[in-house]
Amino acid sequence: MLAIFKRETGAYFTSPLGYVFVAVCILTSGLWLYLSAIAVGSADLTAVFQFMYFVLLIIVPVLTMRLMSEEKRQKADQLLLTAPVSLFGLVAGKFFSAYTVFLLGVSILPVYGIVLSFFVKISWMTLWGNFVGLLLLGGIYVALGLFVSALTENQMIAAVGSMFLNLTIFLLNTLAAVIPIQFISNILRSISVFERYRQFTLGIFTLPNILFFITGAAIFMFLTARVLEKRRWA
Amino acid sequence: MIEVQNLSKSYGSNKAVNNISFRAEEGEILGFLGPNGAGKSTTMNILTGYISSTSGRALIDGIDILEEPVAAKKRIGYLPEIPPLYPEMTVDGYLKFVYALKKCKLPRNSHLGEICDLVKISDVRGRAIRNLSKGYRQRVGLAQALVGNPGTLILDEPTAGLDPKQIIEIRSLIKKLGKNHTVILSSHILPEIQAVCDRIVVINKGAIVANEKSAALATGLSDCLSLRIRVEGSEAEIKKLLGGIHQIKRITPLREAENGVHEFDIEPKKGEDVRREIFKKLASRNYPLLMMKSNELTLEEVFLKLVTGDIYGGKGVE
Repeated sequence: MLAIFKRETGAYFTSPLGYVFVAVCILTSGLWLYLSAIAVGSADLTAVFQFMYFVLLIIVPVLTMRLMSEEKRQKADQLLLTAPVSLFGLVAGKFFSAYTVFLLGVSILPVYGIVLSFFVKISWMTLWGNFVGLLLLGGIYVALGLFVSALTENQMIAAVGSMFLNLTIFLLNTLAAVIPIQFISNILRSISVFERYRQFTLGIFTLPNILFFITGAAIFMFLTARVLEKRRWA
Repeated sequence: MIEVQNLSKSYGSNKAVNNISFRAEEGEILGFLGPNGAGKSTTMNILTGYISSTSGRALIDGIDILEEPVAAKKRIGYLPEIPPLYPEMTVDGYLKFVYALKKCKLPRNSHLGEICDLVKISDVRGRAIRNLSKGYRQRVGLAQALVGNPGTLILDEPTAGLDPKQIIEIRSLIKKLGKNHTVILSSHILPEIQAVCDRIVVINKGAIVANEKSAALATGLSDCLSLRIRVEGSEAEIKKLLGGIHQIKRITPLREAENGVHEFDIEPKKGEDVRREIFKKLASRNYPLLMMKSNELTLEEVFLKLVTGDIYGGKGVE
């Protein structure tokens, strides 16, 4: 698993992809920081974090699109799948490499808070709540992207597919609001990622919410391993 | 040691591999011969655990690849048909990755150095794989299979894409490796397999057609080799003259090779050597014999002969 993690992380930074991802994170969050906080004289970073939800919805799929698909296309997956590595180790190695790049990208956000704190009083709980929420959200995005990438040999399909899935999950919340049947709308709301993420942005930590994100990521990693396993039996 | 027992693989109703069984002992080089699409790669992919079998078992040193995949995979070095390379990595970076991936315990730098010397890629170690030629990529793929010094090597068309000099080098390397490894290599080139392997398994349409020691297969096949001759003189008369030799089964006139010189294919009866008879007959009537050679069997003819049972006294399929 460590070998795969190292190789994948290295691959992000031998190609422009890793740098571009980090740059886009810093650029978009910096811009939004200026527009929503500095320009209007507010010290509340919640708007920045909420905006990052959408930015990451689009750019994390770009980060994860080649993780599985490219190897399958080049038949390099034969090396990994015939090496003495467990499937879960393989998936975990890939997951954590993409997650590391994601971490590098979003690690700028608490820095904004620290810089602002020299000038104004900051609500630290809100900031850390937001940040933890973002880290958990990233886990789901990366795992979902990994899963979609395992389904196809085409990077573009992987990227668009996971963007679409991310968007669908986001819209569950809106969908829940218009469905008159209480039972269904409750279910939809309970699996809505955005609803739970919003609670983090308000500084509300609850154990179910934390577990929800970790379980979500674990489910998609598990499904990825199943896709690889299924390919053997096809 | 590799043992394959009643292995089958179906894709829907299409049987890619149909109930095959064979063994490769330690220190034996087993050649897997078959035309494109015969099921060679499928079998190798099953042996290495890349895909599963529909039924049957594959054992590596007695370990079932399905039941204990990690333990079995540790014992195998695999060079797939398309070398599994990462174009953006350097050769050195790639081999170090494979070394770590296989959780290899041997001293890293000396081990990788030895392998690079063995397959002659030491001079390109610092280069990106995407910039290498096909032959070099193939050799990097072979190097990858050798990392960790596994006891079993499975090589899918290891000489594909190499130039003639490299082919000879790789063949002698495989022969050398065969002394203390179990090697399975596939090819659709008969002379290549004959040159390298101790045992030949011929596979066609997913089924084993022959499983013989190389020497036995070669003599079995040469029994029914046909001859090609070139004689100066009238085509009809020569045909009539040679028709008098009773060991000859069939004479096929081919073409006029030079002015007044005709070419014939002579098919002797099974096990008969007619070369002297032909010479004597032609000499007696002063027809100059300008060329005589035995026709090498093409792979298609080999299959045809194996399948129709021309060689093994009518039984053919083992």
